Amino acid sequence: MTRKQQRTLIIVGALVFLGMAVGLILYALRDTLVFFYTPAQLSEKLAQGKVSPGARLRLGGLVAKGSVKLNDDGIIRFVITDTAKDVSVTFKGILPDLFREGQGVVAEGRLQPDGTFVADTVLAKHDEKYMPREVAEELKKQGLWQHGDERAKGPEAIAPAAASTSSTY
Amino acid sequence: MIIELGHFALVLALAVALYQTVVPLYGAHRNDARLMALAVPAAFVQFLLVSFAFAALVHAYVHSDFSVLNVWQNSHSAKPFIYKITGTWANHEGSMLLWVFILSLFTLAVAAFSGNLPLSLKARVLGVQGSISSAFLLYIVTVSSPFVRIPPDRVPLEGQGMNPLLQDPALAMHPPMLYAGYVGFSVAFAFAIAALMEGRVDSAWGRWVRPWTLAAWTFLTAGIALGSWWAYYELGWGGWWFWDPVENASFMPWLAGTALLHSAIVVEKRNALKTWTVLLALIAFSFSLIGTFLVRSGVLSSVHAFAVDPERGTFILAILAFFIGGSLFLYAIRANTLKIEGRFDPISREGALLLNNVLLSAATAAVFIGTLFPLIYEAVTGGGKITVGAPYFNLTFGTLIIPLLVILPVGPLLPWKRGNVKAVLGRLKGALVLTVLAFALSLTLLDASVRAAFGIALGVWVVAGALEEWAGRVMLFRAPLKVVFKRIASMPGSMWAMTLAHAGLGVVVLGIVMSTAWKQERITALQPGGKVQIAGFEVVYKGTRKATGPNYLAEQGLFEIYRDGRKVAEEISEKRTFLGRRGMPTTEVALMHYALGDLYIAIGDQTKMGRTVRVYFQPMIQLLWFGALLMVFGGFIGLLDRRFRVGVAERTESRLVAQPAE
Repeated sequence: MTRKQQRTLIIVGALVFLGMAVGLILYALRDTLVFFYTPAQLSEKLAQGKVSPGARLRLGGLVAKGSVKLNDDGIIRFVITDTAKDVSVTFKGILPDLFREGQGVVAEGRLQPDGTFVADTVLAKHDEKYMPREVAEELKKQGLWQHGDERAKGPEAIAPAAASTSSTY
Repeated sequence: MIIELGHFALVLALAVALYQTVVPLYGAHRNDARLMALAVPAAFVQFLLVSFAFAALVHAYVHSDFSVLNVWQNSHSAKPFIYKITGTWANHEGSMLLWVFILSLFTLAVAAFSGNLPLSLKARVLGVQGSISSAFLLYIVTVSSPFVRIPPDRVPLEGQGMNPLLQDPALAMHPPMLYAGYVGFSVAFAFAIAALMEGRVDSAWGRWVRPWTLAAWTFLTAGIALGSWWAYYELGWGGWWFWDPVENASFMPWLAGTALLHSAIVVEKRNALKTWTVLLALIAFSFSLIGTFLVRSGVLSSVHAFAVDPERGTFILAILAFFIGGSLFLYAIRANTLKIEGRFDPISREGALLLNNVLLSAATAAVFIGTLFPLIYEAVTGGGKITVGAPYFNLTFGTLIIPLLVILPVGPLLPWKRGNVKAVLGRLKGALVLTVLAFALSLTLLDASVRAAFGIALGVWVVAGALEEWAGRVMLFRAPLKVVFKRIASMPGSMWAMTLAHAGLGVVVLGIVMSTAWKQERITALQPGGKVQIAGFEVVYKGTRKATGPNYLAEQGLFEIYRDGRKVAEEISEKRTFLGRRGMPTTEVALMHYALGDLYIAIGDQTKMGRTVRVYFQPMIQLLWFGALLMVFGGFIGLLDRRFRVGVAERTESRLVAQPAE
């Protein structure tokens, strides 16, 4: 093999490989992406036909007060609300620590044809304000954020805000 | 007073860093030996100044000086002494200072240990190091100073406390190790930029870059392993890797650095793959920068974090754009000046190392895209949120890494220039037999799924392949024992490093596959006296009691563990709530190590049905940490290699033909 052929072979091989890698990445992205919605966004997407029952998604909002019910069969029912819309959620398993009524939650699972949501994972990951970040942001956008600026009092007010507290590293 | 002196020292250090950038680079450009020689004293002075500033901040932490804003925000007087020290870098501002401190340490090391480097190359390397230092110091001094004071009339009596999750020995060492890895790649980066400026890369360049890359890689490996170990026993979810963006941020430079480690060998031994290696050096450090900043700026969790802190955000973007964009631009215009030499067949040691590089690069790209895709999506759609989770990473990364593990034992046995796979497989007969045996035994005796059996076989293949290569090298069973011992004693450090690191990787694979395939978990709510059966153990929950620690309150869940009706252990799993304003509780896992794996108990909240208890059995998970330890140990042995220290001055090598298989 001449030097030129050798280089061509290596370059073509690399390109073919690159194409395969890109294909793999795109395929994996298509199949494993999970969208995050609040109940209001979900009903909007449903109306637009952009989400259909059976789709895997993350639903975030507040656990409606007084909505958590434990059945004898071990299935837990609760309502996720963003105060504009509600979605009933069923979940079989142990709820995470810090799951509380009136506080933020993210449920991952599938939407059912009857409009309820069957979660297989319930996350209550949050900072000290008991609110998952996505939920807090959505609530702020909708003008429903009520926790006020407690942190602005005290010495902090005179300095740049502290770095993110939700990062654990 | 000390704080003000520290601040002042940092500003001086910035001036010195700028000097260290401009003067030697200009000197190298003008070929003025006097100006170039000034790089070394500048590096030394800068190190002293940065050390002083860093020590001043540590001092403030140790003495709980709450008149310093940064100390007040992140410390508490009741914290144990060790966490007062480590609290210094458990926050954004302090960790940036630690970063610069480690950078100045590496710069000093380059200045001290490269007496044999040509003067112009040395001046340029130190100049580039100085420019990195300048950018970071400017960032700290202008928008991220840890030395801000609280006005005297408002000084609080008590601090807000450190994030309790971080009050842990492994995590105390995690950031310094990680940063030593990130910063270590800056040396390779500086060498690459210097080479582009000089328009010359030769085998000597490869030899100079290798030990620095290896040092960075070793630290980074240790840092990632510590972080993963911490996540395992501290987060209480029984996992050790979550494909979290924060983890990926440290994994990307590791992957790129591993590729660099291997391609630099080809540069040194064969004077080939030069432009590619230079590019990899630039990429490895770029990922280090991205990793540092993305984690520390909070951008990874949301692009909104940028809007919260626009000054820092913009500054960070500017630094990233300057170093990544600038270096790639320089590469684009100068790379063609590096002469391409060294021919090789696709089937050869070079070919195998190239394939290693291609696979590692593709894996890095897959992790990169998966990590940043949610951010890009959010930015493009104006707030739409998506998650790219473990399924994506397992599919892409897994698919790319399997062929890498398959070729791993073959590569080191292939000769340079042209090889023959059949001949190599002949030398791996033992490993092949063991691999097939492992596959068959896992399927039949251990009742593994086909996937798990395949994974175990792959791990065995890598370990056995590494050992068989070593055995062949020392002529085990082929030469008299005396000769074997002599060959073992004279085996160079870099060869030990390869054997240990490759075998360690195989052990890690075994740990991952076994702990994933046979993991058992029971998540349930228990009343006192309640029992859980798992992996032949019976875990009895005795109840919960309250306890107090030095700076926390704890609920202790008491457990008794029985095996075959006999009590084998009494264990406590705690939930701790720390003093200060960070009210987030942390979990202390009850962890018992047995020959076949770990029994892992974590308590959760009290519910109507009882106390939430998570019990896991993690089979052979110890292999994961042991394998990582082997890799780190291998890295350190490699650093001791004589060739990296002695005879560095020889620029040409005629040993290529004399040494057939290394």
